[in-house]
Amino acid sequence: MPHSSVGSLEEDTEIPDAPQSSPEESPSDAGSPLPKTEPQSDPIEPPPTARVKKEVKEERGNGKAELEALFADDDEDDDEDEDFIGDDDGADLLASEVKVVPSPGPIDVKPSSRAAEPEVMFTFYQRLFPFRYLFQWLNHSPIPTNDFGHREFAFTLQSEAYMRYQSFPTFETLRKDILRLNPSRFEIGPVYTANPRDRKMLSKAAFRPLAKELVFDIDLTDYDEVRTCCDKANICIKCWQFITVAIRILDTALRDDLGFKHILWVYSGRRGAHAWVCDKRARVMDDSKRRAVASYLEVVKGGSQAGKKVNVKRPLHPHLVRSLDILRERFEPDILRDQNPWRDIKAAERLLTLLPDRALNDALRKKWESDDNRASVSKWADIDRLASSGASENLNTALLRECKQDVVLEYMYPRLDVEVSKHLNHLLKSPFCVHPGTEDFDPMAVPTVTELLTEIDVWEKENGNSGRVHDYEKTSLKPYVDLFRTFVNGLVDEETKIKRERDGDEKGNSMEL
Amino acid sequence: MAMYQQQPRRAIDAKRHYASDPSQSNYPHRLNFYINPPTVEVTLDQFEQWAIDRLRILGEIESCLHRNKSPPEVAAAIGPLLDKFLPLSANSSKSTKIQEERRKDHYSHFILRLAFARSEDLRRRFSRAESILFKLRFTGDDTRERQMFMESLDFDWEAVPEDEKRAMKDSLSAATGMKSLDGESFFKVDWERVHDLVEQRRVLLRAGKAYVPVSLQVSLVLAEFIARLDKSLELTARALPRLDEDDRLIPILNHLALGFTAPEYNSSTTPTTLNGTSLTAASIDGLVQHFPMCMRHLHTSLRRDKHLKHFGRLQYNLFIKGIGLSVEEALVFWRTSFSLITDETFQKQYRYNVRHAYGLEGTRRNYKPLSCQQILTERSPHSSEAHGCPYRHFSVDNLIASLGTTGVSDRDVLKGVRADVEGQKFHIACNRVFEHVHARELKREKENESGSARLQETIIHPNEYFSRSFGLKNPGALEGQSVGGADPGADPMM
Ligand SMILES: [Zn+2]
Repeated sequence: MPHSSVGSLEEDTEIPDAPQSSPEESPSDAGSPLPKTEPQSDPIEPPPTARVKKEVKEERGNGKAELEALFADDDEDDDEDEDFIGDDDGADLLASEVKVVPSPGPIDVKPSSRAAEPEVMFTFYQRLFPFRYLFQWLNHSPIPTNDFGHREFAFTLQSEAYMRYQSFPTFETLRKDILRLNPSRFEIGPVYTANPRDRKMLSKAAFRPLAKELVFDIDLTDYDEVRTCCDKANICIKCWQFITVAIRILDTALRDDLGFKHILWVYSGRRGAHAWVCDKRARVMDDSKRRAVASYLEVVKGGSQAGKKVNVKRPLHPHLVRSLDILRERFEPDILRDQNPWRDIKAAERLLTLLPDRALNDALRKKWESDDNRASVSKWADIDRLASSGASENLNTALLRECKQDVVLEYMYPRLDVEVSKHLNHLLKSPFCVHPGTEDFDPMAVPTVTELLTEIDVWEKENGNSGRVHDYEKTSLKPYVDLFRTFVNGLVDEETKIKRERDGDEKGNSMEL
Repeated sequence: MAMYQQQPRRAIDAKRHYASDPSQSNYPHRLNFYINPPTVEVTLDQFEQWAIDRLRILGEIESCLHRNKSPPEVAAAIGPLLDKFLPLSANSSKSTKIQEERRKDHYSHFILRLAFARSEDLRRRFSRAESILFKLRFTGDDTRERQMFMESLDFDWEAVPEDEKRAMKDSLSAATGMKSLDGESFFKVDWERVHDLVEQRRVLLRAGKAYVPVSLQVSLVLAEFIARLDKSLELTARALPRLDEDDRLIPILNHLALGFTAPEYNSSTTPTTLNGTSLTAASIDGLVQHFPMCMRHLHTSLRRDKHLKHFGRLQYNLFIKGIGLSVEEALVFWRTSFSLITDETFQKQYRYNVRHAYGLEGTRRNYKPLSCQQILTERSPHSSEAHGCPYRHFSVDNLIASLGTTGVSDRDVLKGVRADVEGQKFHIACNRVFEHVHARELKREKENESGSARLQETIIHPNEYFSRSFGLKNPGALEGQSVGGADPGADPMM
């Protein structure tokens, strides 16, 4: 495969820490002026009913922007809409391959100060954002292909205007536009059959989504009824354990059951994690297969009025047997002790509704009423203790065991926003700063972009600015970018192998520019 | 592509060709994967008629999907249409029409493939409807014949070796819910091929492979069917512009593609007058003997209760409209039938609805009488409601008792009805009763017409039941229809 001017991946893999001089990270850009977009010093909260988004169509060259109302597809962005409301999780993203990576501390690139946001964001894009690896990740090859060129990007500007169907032939053009528009965030959509910018000229049949990573979204707000430490957009290290165990369970199923290998776990912002399953096999799945995977993995179902939310058939499917084994290890420390969800008697009633035997429940209730605020770990143990002491004459022990399994599942099994996973054309916020940790990751301890920029200054004071070292390498972002790069290299290597094999079959298929 | 290039350049006696190419006349299996295009020419008329008949089925399937019907409901809706337009008999049926039916099925599939390959959207819809049709037939097929069909297909499914199966025994039985795996063999395939089973967590997954027990093979077969069909449609689409089509075919194909919408029973053949006499409100009681059970039940309920609830009125009003009652007479009929209420109440609460059904109020839509499919699958009656289909919505004992009150007491017939109803073949039960009640007239008609095709047709609409029944009992009486030959000895109307 001939090298292109873009630079080749082989160089990266052979000399992993070699300084690179890719244009997007050149320190000489450091003094560039801020983008034209006016910073909003006091951003106005968008209305909570932000179902209708604005699409800004930028005519390149004349700068004329035309606004049109765009009805959000109903399969798009339900969760993202919430993000428009009040929550300021701007850019962020920490990635890791769960099993491979040890866990240094995580990074939150969200600026700490709102007033400084646009400037800080601009500097972040300019100096730290790993555009090149993002390109290679989506392009699956060092040389630009339609995998990248026909990929949809969507920008949310500082003004909250929303621009869909952006596309870029190369990472330089993507970078240029991002620096020009300085979006507060951007999302990644599918690869289409044609360039998204040409969609207006094309028929529906000629312009349709072709491929996209299989994605998952786990968000702590979906755990509000089972977590006691925090609610809504707040999180702490205790409730982060829900995410940790969710990642373990999903990652195992995706690899061992479904056979995927290239899974990128990303800190989704303030409240959860995204998974990007990047195997070719996953990318080409149509909606019915995405739906199948989502249903295979989904166990906790139903809204607030649904009553019992876990209804699984017996015998348990091997995926659930294995998941329960994983959950059981963490149930006592994470749920019973840290969350202590049934401490007061009213909360304990909720546990009783999930148990099958009335006489046993009466005995439990009696015991708990006489012991105010008895700890959840004791209450959980009481169930078996009273059951074996004959509190109920006709106790069906097998059923009781099943119900207890269901409780574990209801409290700890990953809660997925399945709509995100079911649709090929769903857009998901781009990863951009990379984190490994899942086990010991503490999302509260993340440095801010401002801190990262300070780290650059400190590094340069100590080492001088030779121009031979990437800015990200001067910061605590380095391990995450390195991780992302390793992930991307693994993916590109495999794709290159697949392509070579295929090209061997049908000669003359041009990958060349 | 052979069939397409050789498509009828001229109308040819199909029978002659049929006989001249025995390989094409040999369809050993009822089911068909449609791998080989037909090569024998057919007449232009057959070409079009067969395609239209299949299109009715596919259109109805699509319409069921639009209405989110469950698989049993789709089966109930499609069953009668299939019997009528695209029957496929099992080998065990010993029917003399087996080869003819299979040939029509084979050809019509390929003709529509040609018509629907032209756009992505049509291909997708065609593939979806065809796969549902295939599944319907596959699950309804005789077990042994289905097995023979499967063996003929030569799938490249990887069998799970016995020792691997033994090693995974616990996981396999947990995943499938099977207590014992003795005698059950498994296939190992990429999970995408059985994503419906994955979706329901009914198979074991390991490293991207699904372990599918033979008893769940319908998923595999269906996935295979869809995969092959989609691929063939793509190929057909690419070949289309180059096809050397007979230019007489193009308008037919275009027209077929346009016609991919759910057909409705064409009730325009229903007479507005009987024996040249206009129907009046007073005529209805005398016509009840020609009504199918559903309408009889509505009529009896109306006479007994002096009232019908909303959906009962809707179903019955559209029916009597369909048999030719004018709106004025319908208003008289309903007013006199609801004898317990005042004029004022009637004007306020019911007049509008009656006129609405005639398209004289509101949206002014000319509503069509409900078909068996609609009655079977839409709005099941609650207690104290009289609409619906007695064959479906009555308990079997109540059904048999009701049939008794209409004079159907033949033990064999009732036994057949029980079996039909238990097998969810409600329209067959209804047709069985029809044939019994009209046995003498049907025999006479058959003698007169020497076995015309229409005798084989299954009734799928209450108004069709009525007009057939009335026509048989009163040959020559229906205007606008040529029911039966002129029979001087016909009974006068009623
Ligand atoms: Zn918390």
